[in-house]
Amino acid sequence: MSDRRGPVLAVRDQVARGERTAEAVTREALAAVTRCEPALHAFTAVATEAALSQAAAIDRRRAAGEPLGPLAGVPIAVKDNLCTRGIPTTAASAILRGFVPPYDATAVARLVAADAIIVGKTNCDEFAMGSSTENSALGPTANPWAVTRTPGGSSGGSAAAVAARAVPASLGSDTGGSIRQPAAFCGVVGLKPTYGRVSRYGLLAFASSLDQIGPFAITADDAAAVLAAIEGADTFDATSVDAPPSTPAETGVRGLRIGVPRAFIAGVDAAVSTAFDGALAAWRELGATIVDVDLPHGSLAIPVYYLIATAEASSNLARYDGVRYGFRAGAAAPESLRGMYERTRDEGFGPEVKRRIMLGTYVLSAGYYDAYYLKAQQVRAKLRDAYAGVLAQVDVIATPTTPTAAFPLGEKASDPLQMYLADIFTVSANLVGVPAISLPCGFSPDGLPIGCQLTGRMWEEATLVRAGAAYQSATDWHLQAPSLA
Amino acid sequence: MAVPPLDDAEVRRIAALAHLALTDDEVQLFGRQLGEILEYVRQIQAEPTDGVIPMSHVGRTASGERADALVPSLDRREALGNAPDAAREAGYFKVPRVIG
Repeated sequence: MSDRRGPVLAVRDQVARGERTAEAVTREALAAVTRCEPALHAFTAVATEAALSQAAAIDRRRAAGEPLGPLAGVPIAVKDNLCTRGIPTTAASAILRGFVPPYDATAVARLVAADAIIVGKTNCDEFAMGSSTENSALGPTANPWAVTRTPGGSSGGSAAAVAARAVPASLGSDTGGSIRQPAAFCGVVGLKPTYGRVSRYGLLAFASSLDQIGPFAITADDAAAVLAAIEGADTFDATSVDAPPSTPAETGVRGLRIGVPRAFIAGVDAAVSTAFDGALAAWRELGATIVDVDLPHGSLAIPVYYLIATAEASSNLARYDGVRYGFRAGAAAPESLRGMYERTRDEGFGPEVKRRIMLGTYVLSAGYYDAYYLKAQQVRAKLRDAYAGVLAQVDVIATPTTPTAAFPLGEKASDPLQMYLADIFTVSANLVGVPAISLPCGFSPDGLPIGCQLTGRMWEEATLVRAGAAYQSATDWHLQAPSLA
Repeated sequence: MAVPPLDDAEVRRIAALAHLALTDDEVQLFGRQLGEILEYVRQIQAEPTDGVIPMSHVGRTASGERADALVPSLDRREALGNAPDAAREAGYFKVPRVIG
């Protein structure tokens, strides 16, 4: 019914064939960014000159008959917690104000090596801590479908930029759903790879055992094309590996077994439930088998996640001390080193980051370690075993990505616990390590996108992409664009 | 249901461990919010875990070894380039006086 090839593969082919120049494509993307920014605030930095000069170099190489990379001329936006050489990188935190990295994150370097064009950096929750992009020191991003709503988070800017059709694809990071939840809220595809598929070198660390970099795009095949460019072992990240290809060799879902944990997803909004059931019906029609599965320990995933993620964050964020980079609090009078650290960190970090550092420090501190942190690691092991058991019976697990469509900006901003609970369907994939994809599967009565999540076995992104591509060949939710676009 | 907050002394003890100079308002706010969050996460303590090996990581147990080869590292001038205060020629980060 619809073209599976999204703008990533279309632009790449047009540039390769000489139908459009990389420079023309890049100018168009930059103009779209300029047009959308007043309403969205999706970007923290736009790299106009660097992008145009990168595009011109690609056009020169093509003219000279040199081979081009697999993403040649494709404009891509990058979440602001990924280091970009020469382009400011702040993770939307005041503590990194003015930081210009002297190196590229591996994922960024690989995009550049694939001849993609880095057009700018996208807004996010500070250090990726949040589910709404409201925890940005630079102010929130709006949802392109309704500017009074959150785009989700933490990679809200990356999702909004693709949803608004400003760029064909973007990179985000996902620690507990930070790619999939904003993808669902903005009506685009978001893919969290298996832990270890993509090098984390140059990603400003939040929770190192959970963080993973992945793409946003309009189609599953586009997302796979971006992932293929950034994946693979890297000597700078000992957890990164060369995994089986993430791009499917086959098409269709005939015989695919899709498990649905009915008890776990009971209680989602009616519109979410209807859209989700519609997606299951589409896969059944395409030849997949839908079966009910039991997913034990699912309700414990949120408490386990917020214990482990904050513990790791409290350690990772110890490096921001006003000495080597970023912001240092000014002193009225000569002061101690410790005083400088403490005031820099209190003034430089926003409330949610400080809250998580405090929680993480608490659960790692003497007297609480066994009851909270160690216990959480044990329940995490049980959750991993539960997923392994279910994924032995079925090929993928389907759930809604989120219990509701995008909530209004400001609604949960003052209640951290309510914000955490919105991550119920996404945190498990990070704790377990498995890959998961969010696909647009419908709209709420007030026109807000709804996402369906598929979770697969370790290293089996290709199955998720294949199921997503089959779904998108039979439906056109992904082709609907907000009026802003 | 009201959840008891963490008391001020406990909040200040944690803040000191985390090198955060919290304001009095922050001590109040975080005491209340951390109390609520801890009350919520405490539900995991009812889950039986006797004999379960804690899982610190999803990665493979053995990481590979790389060749011990000499490669260029970050240029010192670049490494100092983002420092809020540095002796760039001498090649040092500068911090408030520690001794004397």
